[in-house]
Amino acid sequence: MPIDPNYETVIGLEVHTQLRTKSKIFCGCPNKFGAEANSQICPVCAGFPGVLPVMNREMVNMAIKTGLAINGQIKKLSVFSRKNYFYPDSPTGYQISQYDLPIVEHGELFIDLPDEPKKRIGVTRIHMEVDAGKSIHEGIVGASWVDLNRVGTPLLEIVSEPDMRSSEDAGAYLKKLRAIVRFLDVCDGNMEEGSFRCDANVSVRHYGAEKFGTRTELKNLNSIRNVMRAIDFEVDRQIDLIESGDKVVQETRLWDANKNISRSMRSKEDAHDYRYFPEPDLPPLTLEQSHIDDIKAKLPELPDAMAKRFQDEMGLSEYDAGVLTAEKEMSTYFEEANQIVSNAGKKNAKATANWVTVELLGRLNKDGLSIEDSPVSAVNLGKLVALIQTGEISGKIAKKVFAHMFDDGGDPEKIVAEKGLKQVTDSGSITAEVEKVLASHPDQVEQYRGGKTQILGFLVGKVMQATRGKANPAMVNKVLKEKLG
Amino acid sequence: MFSDPANLTLANMSELLKKREISSEDLTQAFLERIEGLNPDINAYITIDRAGAITAAKEADKRLDAKQGEPLTGIPIGVKDLFCTKGILTTCASKILNNFIPPYESTVTSRLKGAGAVILGKTNMDEFAMGSSNETSHFGVVKNPWDKSRIPGGSSGGSAAAVSAGMGSATIGTDTGGSIRQPAALTGITGLKPTYGRVSRFGMIAFASSLDQAGPMTKTAEDAAILLQAMAGHDPKDATSIDAPVPDYMANLGDGLQGRKIGIPEEYFASGLSPDVARVIEDAKKQLTELGAELVPVSLPTTKHAIPTYYILAPAEASSNLARYDGIRFGYRCENPEDIRDLFFRTRAEGFGNEVKRRIMLGTYVLSSGYYDAYYLKAQKVRRLIADDFKAAFSKVDLLLAPTTPDTAFKLGEKTNDPVQMYLSDIFTINVNLAGLPAISIPCGFDKDNLPIGMQLIGRPLDESGILSAAHAYQQATQWHTRSPIL
Repeated sequence: MPIDPNYETVIGLEVHTQLRTKSKIFCGCPNKFGAEANSQICPVCAGFPGVLPVMNREMVNMAIKTGLAINGQIKKLSVFSRKNYFYPDSPTGYQISQYDLPIVEHGELFIDLPDEPKKRIGVTRIHMEVDAGKSIHEGIVGASWVDLNRVGTPLLEIVSEPDMRSSEDAGAYLKKLRAIVRFLDVCDGNMEEGSFRCDANVSVRHYGAEKFGTRTELKNLNSIRNVMRAIDFEVDRQIDLIESGDKVVQETRLWDANKNISRSMRSKEDAHDYRYFPEPDLPPLTLEQSHIDDIKAKLPELPDAMAKRFQDEMGLSEYDAGVLTAEKEMSTYFEEANQIVSNAGKKNAKATANWVTVELLGRLNKDGLSIEDSPVSAVNLGKLVALIQTGEISGKIAKKVFAHMFDDGGDPEKIVAEKGLKQVTDSGSITAEVEKVLASHPDQVEQYRGGKTQILGFLVGKVMQATRGKANPAMVNKVLKEKLG
Repeated sequence: MFSDPANLTLANMSELLKKREISSEDLTQAFLERIEGLNPDINAYITIDRAGAITAAKEADKRLDAKQGEPLTGIPIGVKDLFCTKGILTTCASKILNNFIPPYESTVTSRLKGAGAVILGKTNMDEFAMGSSNETSHFGVVKNPWDKSRIPGGSSGGSAAAVSAGMGSATIGTDTGGSIRQPAALTGITGLKPTYGRVSRFGMIAFASSLDQAGPMTKTAEDAAILLQAMAGHDPKDATSIDAPVPDYMANLGDGLQGRKIGIPEEYFASGLSPDVARVIEDAKKQLTELGAELVPVSLPTTKHAIPTYYILAPAEASSNLARYDGIRFGYRCENPEDIRDLFFRTRAEGFGNEVKRRIMLGTYVLSSGYYDAYYLKAQKVRRLIADDFKAAFSKVDLLLAPTTPDTAFKLGEKTNDPVQMYLSDIFTINVNLAGLPAISIPCGFDKDNLPIGMQLIGRPLDESGILSAAHAYQQATQWHTRSPIL
C-alpha cells in the first residue's frame, strides 16, 4: 500500500520463465541444471562459426499452452529477432528473441485479493527467447569464468500490462502466474534458482492523473517477497523525490535483498541500443489453427477452473478452494487424499479439505515445510480421514494419530490397529463399561436421578477414560441414559 | 600415371577413375604437386591437406576397385576456407580465426566427402567473404592465372584461380553478392550459385545469412551438375534449407535450348558495360539463338537499387554474425587484456581487417535506433520489389541472360582505396542474391588483352536444371570454357 494516500502506484511485471523442455531451444543439448560448468554445451551453445539454430518444437508448444492458459491470442505468424549486445556469457553476441511479432498477445489473468476478488490483470504479450550463460567472478583474481551450460535454455518472457496498483497486486499476480505455469508443467517456478524471474516496472502518479509517472525498472528480485519489498521501497523513494521537488529518473535499479534497498544500475541514456532485426537463420514461425486446437484440447485443468469445480462439485468454500489450488502440489495432494476418502465409500470433500488446510497446513507451516516435504503422504491422510468418516476412530483420536504420522510416519490404519485405538462400537462391551462406571460412582448416579442431568458429561468422561477414548461417544451417551433411565 | 591433370574435366576424371585407367591416389598426387608448385605464386590455397587428401584418395581407390564408386569418388577438389572442416584449420581468411580448428564438419563438405570427393585443401578468399578482388585476405592476395598482375575476383578468388590454374578438378565457393560468379567470370571458369536454401549453410561461416549460398566452381556445366547433385538437399541442421526433392541434374543436362525463351534485361546492357564485354555477349546471344532459344527483351527496373540495398542488408547481418568473434572461446585473442572491454576492443581491432571493419560499422549504423526504418526496413522493402521484378520477368521467359561483370579483371591494387568502385564490380550479380535465384556464370569470350569474360544465366527458383542444361548446350557448341591460362 502506498504510504501517501495522494499517490497511486502503477506496476507492470516482466516475468522470465525457464521452460522444462528436454533439450535446449536451438540444439540437442540437455536442458538441465547443476551439471559441471561447460559440460552441457555444443558448438551451437558456444556460438562457434558456421553453426545454426534449429527450433525446438516442444518449446513452441509450451508457449502456445501458456498463451492459451491466459486467454491470449496465439499468433499464427511470429518472428524471431536478434537482440545484439556484447557480453562474455552471450556467445553469439546476440540473443535470439521475439520483438515486434511475438507468439502470444492480449492475454489476461485474474488475481484474488481479500477486498477485490477476480481482479483482471492484462498480459500484453508472451514471447520466446533464449537464456544466456553465467559469468562467475567469485573466487578468481584478475579474471572471470564463463559457464555456458545455461545458454540455450528456452525462456518465455511474459509481460503484463501496467494494471497492478500495489505490491500486494504484484505478489498475487506472481503467485497466480506461477501456479499456472506449474499446472501446465512448463516451468518449475523456482524463483530462488532463477527459473522464474521477475523484473518490475514501477511508477507513481497523483490519483486522478491520466498520464503515467516516470517509471523505473527493478531487477534482481529473487522471491515474491523481495518483489513486494522492492516495490514498496521504490514507491516510497519515488514519492519522496516528487514531494521534495525532484524528478524520478528513468533507470534500471538493482534490489539488494540484504540491505533492503535498491541502487541505480544504469540510466536510460546508458541503455543499450540492441539493434533488433529479424533473425535470418530462422524462418518466421507459422502455426496451423488445427495445431493450436490440438494443444487447447489437451490443456490440463487450470487453477481457476479447478477452484470452481471444488466449489461446485465438492461444496468447498471459495476460501478453501483458493487455498487448495494456489499450488499444483497442493491441489494434487488434496485430490489424491480425497480420492482415498471417496474410495472408502464416505465421500466428504469438506472434511478432507479441512484436514489438509487446517491440520496439515497448520503443522507444515509451524515446521517451515512445504506440501512437497510433507511427512504425511496424501494417501495416508486420506486413510485417516476415511477412518473418521467410517466411524473407526473419533476426531479426537484422529488428531493423535495424525501427530504420530507426522512425527514418525506410517499408515494410520496400522497405527490405529497397533495402538488399539479403534473406536469401540460394540454395545455389549460399552454396556459393561457403563455398568462398571455407574457401580463405582453411586453419588453421581444419585445426583443425576435427582435432576442434575449435567452430571452426565462427567459420567461419559469416565467411560471414555476407562476405554482410553476408544468408545464411540454417541453410544456411550445413549447407553448411559438408558441405564440411568 | 599421367602428367597433367589440369586438362581434364571432372567428368573426364570420373570416367577414367571408374574404368580404373587412373587411380585417385595418382590423380590426387598429381594435383598436390601442381598445387605445391603453383601456390607460392598464385596463392589459391590457404591450407593444403596433403596427408588427408592421400588417405582419402586411397580409400576412394578401394571403393572404386570394389566397383562401389559414385561420380565423385576419388575426385580431388578444393573448398573455400569458410567451410568448417573437422580437425582442419578453417580461417575464413581472417587473422581472427588464424588458429581455429573446427570440431565439426560443414554439411557441404560432409556430403562431398560422403560422395567420395577428396579434399585437397582450403582455398583463399576475401576475409569473411567480404570483397570482390580477393585482396582483403589476411593470407595475401590471390593472383589471376590469366594475368598475374590482376585480381582473380572475389570473394571466392582462391577457388576460382585454383580451377583456372588446374589446382584441383573443381572447387566449392560461396556467393553472397556474386562471390562465385564474378571470380568465375574473371578467371574463365564455370560458377554456379544455387537457389538460396538449395544447399545447406550449416558449418559455412556466415557473412550475410539471408544471402549466403554455396555452389560449385568448375570447368564445365556438366561438372557443376555432378557436384551440385552431391551438395544439394534439405538439411535438418539448417532451418533455411529448402525441403524439396533434388532433381537428377545429370539426367536433365541434355535438355537443350530448343524453344526456350531467354529474357534479355535491358538494364544490364545500359552504360557502364565495357565494349569488349558488350561485343562478346552479343556473340553469345547469336549463338543461343542458333541453338534454338528465343530471345525476349525484358525489364528489371529495380536493378539500379540492388547495390545500395545489398550494402545495407548484407553489412547489417554481418555486423551481428561477426559479433561472436570476441576472443573469449576460440580464435585470436589480443595479448594481456586489461579488462573485458579491452579484450573485446583489441581482439576485434587487431583481428579484423579494414574491409570487415568497414562493413561491421556500416551494418551497426543501419540497424541503430533511429536509422533502422530509413535504412534496414526500407532496404527490406526494396529487396521485395527486386524479387517481384524477377517474378514478373519469369512469367514471360524461362531464363535470363546477362553479363556477369561490367568489365574483365582489374589490376591488383587498382580499386583497394575506392570501396564504392569495388562494390560496383558486383553490379550484375547482387540482385540475383537479393531475389534468392539460381544463376550460373560461364565463359563466353575474351577481351583484347586475352582476359576471360563471363555471362550469367539466371533461372527461376529451384530451376538449377534449367540453367545447367542451357549452359551445357552452350558449352557443347563453344570452346571458350576449354581454354586455360598458360602457366
